Amino acid sequence: MAGNSMPFTVKLSLGFILLFVLLALFGQALSPHDFRDTSLFDRLLPPAIMGGSAEYMLGTDAKGRDLLVRLAVGARITLIVAIVGTLIGAVLGSLLGIVAAARRGFAETLIVAAVDVQASLPIIIVALFVLAMFDNSFMLFLLLIGLTGWEVYARLMRGATLSAKEHGYVIAVRALGASPARIYLRHILPNIVNVALVQFTINLPLTVLLETALSFLGLGVQPPLTSLGQIMSEGRDRLLTAWWLTAFPGATIFFLALSVCLVGDWLRDTLDPTLRSEA
Amino acid sequence: MTSYIFLKFLRAIATLVVTVSLVFVFIRFSGDPAAALAPPDAPQEVIDQYAKAMGLDKPLWQQYAGYIGGILKGNFGYSIHTGKPALTLFAERLPATLLLGGTALLIALLAGIPLGAVAALNRRSMLDQVVMAFSVFAFAMPNFLFGLILILTGALVFNVYLGGSSDAGNWAAVLPPAITLGLAAMGSFARFTRSSLLETINQPFMRAAEARGVPFRHRLLRHAAPNAAIPLVTLVGLSLGSLIAGSVVTEQVFAWPGVGQLLVRSVATRDIATVQFIVLAVAFTMVLANFTVDMLYLVMDPRIRAK
Repeated sequence: MAGNSMPFTVKLSLGFILLFVLLALFGQALSPHDFRDTSLFDRLLPPAIMGGSAEYMLGTDAKGRDLLVRLAVGARITLIVAIVGTLIGAVLGSLLGIVAAARRGFAETLIVAAVDVQASLPIIIVALFVLAMFDNSFMLFLLLIGLTGWEVYARLMRGATLSAKEHGYVIAVRALGASPARIYLRHILPNIVNVALVQFTINLPLTVLLETALSFLGLGVQPPLTSLGQIMSEGRDRLLTAWWLTAFPGATIFFLALSVCLVGDWLRDTLDPTLRSEA
Repeated sequence: MTSYIFLKFLRAIATLVVTVSLVFVFIRFSGDPAAALAPPDAPQEVIDQYAKAMGLDKPLWQQYAGYIGGILKGNFGYSIHTGKPALTLFAERLPATLLLGGTALLIALLAGIPLGAVAALNRRSMLDQVVMAFSVFAFAMPNFLFGLILILTGALVFNVYLGGSSDAGNWAAVLPPAITLGLAAMGSFARFTRSSLLETINQPFMRAAEARGVPFRHRLLRHAAPNAAIPLVTLVGLSLGSLIAGSVVTEQVFAWPGVGQLLVRSVATRDIATVQFIVLAVAFTMVLANFTVDMLYLVMDPRIRAK
């Protein structure tokens, strides 16, 4: 990658992400219908340009609900779950990693053991286990998504803190009598936060894919709320007769994950030249 | 070397014990298991009977001891819906999942590693860019979407329905779900092989071999490949987790009668014993895989043996 000029694919990805966010925020204004409105007379209408009605630009589902407005609401839920979920994992994991490195001893042993356990169970299995026990609620689902990859942050931040502790500047401020809280918050954290930021860009598409996969299985976001994965699973049985019900949400999920991935790659290269991928 | 093996073994056992205990704690504290297992409108006496039969009236440490003892004896409880042991239900589904996962891993290895190697050897070429683009595509493509695309293509172009492969014995039926499941791993194998090989071929010992006049084929297969393969072993071990996770969704899309489908069904019907067994089985498999990777390192990397 030459210089700081933004490659075309990254611009395109940013454009798509912007479009997605706009759809999530204002998409409901594009249609006169509510995302829960059913209409027996307008069931399974194809998109407007395929011979459907101009009232429903992207067509309707088996209950006569407007696909466009459902996509907008689904996009909003997916966006909220992805961002909040990724943030929870990042903050929780980073905090545990820093505490492990700062306290050493028993706390560190405990946290490292927890990381080992999490690494031996794929997050979707943990999520399914918890969902079998408790009634599914949006908050619980959000928390589960938030567990995605916390162990990676913990491992990375523990390593980064351990090495930062040995640096001259930390030894110097410690000698000057700075309190531990001040050392960690003002001096160590700003120096290692890059590590967590890079991991954040890797995790974001993963949380999008986990949320949509669980909702696709019918175990994620529950009606009357909707999400992109849930819309897809509803359309799955009508793949041949009403392709638009799976095609539009499916394409949206794919291009979103792809865009976030490409922007993340680019951001990583720009933030940290030592991580620059051999491209 | 012995202490390396011992330490890794100890860590594996500790991870397993903690996981098994966490599952116990979770099930006991998530509410009343007897009420969860009894029929929804059961009177209190029936629930109490359930609790007695399950030993819930005993002190917690006795319950825990009973739980661990049961696991060691191979008793994992019974499915509330079929009445069969959870172990039997799992064993019935395992062959289908092994066939699917094994084929997916094979496809991912056989396609991913050569793709990555070709990209590394033709760095910055058109081919390289295509391989890299493919690996990003494979990462971002949700497997449920790719599976549906395959089913749709099969139906519209080839006039075959791929979404209901009920006979798992048919080898051709396994290909569409296996490609779907293996796609993500294929992309990451390609990407990783490329960067690992690129790193290796720029090492001084490779230039020294070239200067000695070692032929290209020999340099690649005898000098570069063994070194580049070491980090790849870790990745293959790690990819087992994503294969297990992916199989849950893939089996659902293709109606593949495997463990993933059993898990989703058991979660939806709250069949706790079955869910618990599958979680334990996954943890055991992953711990075993990690331990195997550590042991493979010992075989492949003489530097660890020397320590």
